Formats: sequence, C-alpha cells, structure tokens
Amino acid sequence: MIEAVALSKHYGPKTAVDDLSFVVRPGVVTGFLGPNGSGKSTTMRLLLGLDRPNAGTSSINGKPYVEHPAPLREVGALLEARAVHTGRSARNHLRAMAATNNIPRTRVDEMIGLVGLEGVADKRVGGFSLGMGQRLGIASALLGDPGVLLLDEPVNGLDPEGILWIRNLLKALAAEGRTVFVSSHLMSEMAVTAGELIVVGRGKLITSGSVADVIRGAGSGAVLVRTGEADRLASLLAGTAQHIHRLAPDTLQVSGTDSTTIGLIAAREAIPLVELTPQQATLEEAFMEITRDAVEFHGGAPSGDESQPAPAGGLR
Amino acid sequence: MTASVTARSGEMGPGRVTQLGVIRSEWIKLSSLRSTWYSLLAALLITDGLGTLFSALHTHRMQQGVGPNGPVAFDLDATQISLRGVFLAQLAIGVLGVLVITGEYSTGMIRSSLAAVPRRQPVLLAKAVVFAVLVVLVSLIATLLGFLLGQRAQASTHAQATLSTPGAERAILGAALYLTLIGLIGIGLGFLIRNTAGAIATLFGIVLVAPILASALPTPYSTDVAKYLPLNAGTQVITTINPDPNLLGPWAGIGVTALYALIALLAGAVILKRRDA
Repeated sequence: MIEAVALSKHYGPKTAVDDLSFVVRPGVVTGFLGPNGSGKSTTMRLLLGLDRPNAGTSSINGKPYVEHPAPLREVGALLEARAVHTGRSARNHLRAMAATNNIPRTRVDEMIGLVGLEGVADKRVGGFSLGMGQRLGIASALLGDPGVLLLDEPVNGLDPEGILWIRNLLKALAAEGRTVFVSSHLMSEMAVTAGELIVVGRGKLITSGSVADVIRGAGSGAVLVRTGEADRLASLLAGTAQHIHRLAPDTLQVSGTDSTTIGLIAAREAIPLVELTPQQATLEEAFMEITRDAVEFHGGAPSGDESQPAPAGGLR
Repeated sequence: MTASVTARSGEMGPGRVTQLGVIRSEWIKLSSLRSTWYSLLAALLITDGLGTLFSALHTHRMQQGVGPNGPVAFDLDATQISLRGVFLAQLAIGVLGVLVITGEYSTGMIRSSLAAVPRRQPVLLAKAVVFAVLVVLVSLIATLLGFLLGQRAQASTHAQATLSTPGAERAILGAALYLTLIGLIGIGLGFLIRNTAGAIATLFGIVLVAPILASALPTPYSTDVAKYLPLNAGTQVITTINPDPNLLGPWAGIGVTALYALIALLAGAVILKRRDA
C-alpha cells in the first residue's frame, strides 16, 4: 500500500508536483499515467525519499520510505533514467545492492536468471542495450522480494517481446498480492496492463479509478446514427442533444444524449434508423480528453499529434 | 516465472541495513571498477618510478661533484629524495577519491545507492572507510618500495638511508597517510560538488595552486598561511634532515591535512543529507 498526501514539489519557480494525493492498493497493477513532464518521475523520487517534498507526506506500508529498516526488502524500485554505474558488471551491481540490505548472494544469481541476463551478467553495464538495462533494473527491483514495486516507465526501450514479458510479470506480481505501481505515458500499454489508474497532468491529480471508470468519466459518450432522413432527425434532436456532427450525408454523431432517447424520438417520428451505435471511448481517447489542458509540451501545430512532445519543447 | 520471483521460504533470512553491510557494498563497488585499479597502479608506478629516477639523478650529480644549485650544495636527505614521487602520485589518488562519488552522480548510480540506504550518511562513511583502508595499504607498499628502490639507486653515494635511519620509517608511513588524506579530501569535495571536473579542479586548486597564491602574499602573512595549506603541511612528514623552520612539524602537518579531510567529509555529509539526490 502506497499513500501520498498533499505532496508538492517545486524546483525553483517550476512546480513539478502540486498537492497530489492518492492511494495505491495491493493486488492490482496501478498505472500512473500522465503526459511527459507531468510529474510522474518526481513523484516516484518523492516516494523513495530521494527528493524531499516542499509539502505533504508519503508512506509505503504505513511508514515513510526512509524509516524502513531494510527498504529493499520492502520496496523495489526501477528508476527512469538508468541508475547503474556503467563501468560495473551487472552481477557486481546487484551484489553491491544486495549487500546493503543483507540480501543473500544466491538471490543475485536467481534474479539474473529470472530476467534472462545470464549471458551478459559479467559484462560491463555501459555496453548494455536499453532493453538489457531495463531487465537489470527489474532484477534490482526484485532483489529483496519486496511487497511493493515502484516502476518508472519500465517498458521504455523494450522490444515487443520484452514488453510482453514485463506486462505478464507485472500482472503476476500483482496477482500474488503485491502492490505494483507503474508509471507510463503510454495509455495503450496501461490499457492492457493496469487495473487501476491514477492520471496526472502538470503535477496535479486529474482523475483516478478503475480503467473502465476513467474511460466512462472522460465521457466522450457520443452516439453514431445512420438514417436516410438525417436532416429531419438532426432538427428534431437539436433541442436535446448538445452537439450534432454531420459525418456523412446519412451519418450523424450526436453527443450530449444517449441512444435510448435518440431511438425513441426516431420511433415517434417514424424515422427509419439504419444504425444506432453508442461510441465507447478508448483509453487513449479518454486520456487525451482528460489531459488536454494539462499537456506540458504541445506538439507542433501542423502534425497536431499531442502524444509526442515537440523536440524543442522537450528540452528544458 | 512467478514462482522464482518469490524467495523460497527462509532463503532471504532476516536483514536490515547495517553499517557493516554498507561497507561490504562499498567494497564491492570500489573493487569492481577498473578505474580503481588503474589509478592505484598509476600511483604505485609514479611513486616508485620517480623515486628511483630522482635518486639516480641525485647520485649522478654527487658523482659529478655538482649539486642542483652549483657545486657542493648537496641535498643530504636521501629519504626525502626517494619519496618525491608522492608529489605526482597524489594526482592519481586525488582523482580516484573524487571519482568514488562523482562517478555515481554522473551515471545515476547514486539514486540506487541512496534508495538502498535512505539514511544516506552510512554511504559516505562506508566509502571513506573502504577507500582509506585500500589506499593506505597500496600507498604503503608504494612508498616502502619507492624508498628501497631509491636507496639502492643512491648506494654509490654512501649517503643512502636504511629503514633504521632516523625519520625513514616515519617518512614512509607519513607519505602513505598523506596520499590517503588527499584522496579523502577528494571524496569530501566529490560529495559537495557532485561533478567530476568541478571537484577535481577544486581539489588541485586547494592542493597545488593555493601554495603558489599564498607565496604571493606579503610577508609575514605568506609564511603564516603557507604552512597551513595541505601540500606544505602534509609533505613535511617526508623531510628527515634540516626541516624548514617556517613550516609545521611532521605529525602536526599530517594532523592539519587530516583536519582538511575531516572538514571536507563533514561538509559532504551535511550536503548529502540535505540536498535532493
């Protein structure tokens, strides 16, 4: 169980985390979702006691992180930027980490096997690919067999096979009753991995709940209607619907009302409907909708692709 | 796969972060980097190579009947001549001391280290202890070997020292301590400054440049300041004949250098605890 209460963190004049409160429960993968620069990594660092909050508190299993007598046995962390000395071998890195928390040597070799790094364990980490580095990070996080895992962008740089591996691993860890908190800016990944979501933008909590709740809350909820008498139906709906969008001569996208209402109006006026489909937002759309005002770095206007920060905006 | 994530019952044993565990971790870290062994090897080769070379040059001059400043003004401190390589070897040791910590900041390793030991200060203490023990041992080998090789090169002067010559043992031990203390100042500055280039520049600014600046001060301030600088204070320990009366005695000088190291490490500890990682 992870609890954050009114966490705030400023770096100079810039607010990275703003009055953020949330609870992460065991037994389910909780996605920590937000655009780039929304304060996810900062929040992770605050939870791990690496940075000190300007206000607010956080605890893991009832205690601030720094008060755990053997933190690696309680909490495993994968930090976003690789937090490993490049001149050291993977095995020696894990041995050094294990020694601090009195974790037996056998556990190091087990974790190397688990993440599939046996072949390169004695090579220097500086030569590792991004994917190998992430696997080492996972091995490091699991060293102490912790009940709580904090993983910052674990699928970054992984190939499809690696992504699938992480996805299954995270679900399995949660199914064992562990608390699994995973940050990502990839909604598509969270849609298939997470059960619960905490969505942030510009350091603030935007929404939280189950994946289904978050999609519903985003409330795209438009209804697609196809009929030969689109004009007449549109004018009849004008009073009840919020917005009517003409997608094709015979196709309307109606928002602000539901399919039942539209169906009843059409029946009363004897308008034959060819199609009446409530549109379910995808997590991707819900996310875009929710974070539209909270994106730190908007993409360049011509491409209009909000999921990618503009190169210039990415430089801080 | 999941079966192997969970530790077998009893496998993990009880455990908590202890200073001894952190010291073990820091030993694994220090000994598993190539740069550590390259730096130590460099220090050893410099100390012994230059010690032998200076001794051979000195012998040659004696045989020619001319000293460095003209005829007969011979430097009779055979011990000191054989240990002069320390003046250059301190560069290798100082850089190693800085890298012990700035290497963690530049790679991001520091975040792993501090997440594992969130009270933080045990990390600094362990680094200092492990470094000091390793460096003092290697330096002792280097200075002892430098002394022996140097004296052999001076054998034909018939003025060479032996281990029983007054001050010789002190000089060998003191030179090793001096090198170690310079490295510890480097560790302290590394924790304070976090950046490799900045910490190295600061270290050698204090050690090598400050004495030059001090000598530009008007007398008597010049000598008053100069004798308390780490280079001038710490290297008196290798002088066995005709010590400069304007400088501190051998052990007082090492004490002053140790004070620099202590201050640097304490300041580093305060910053480590207070600043974000």
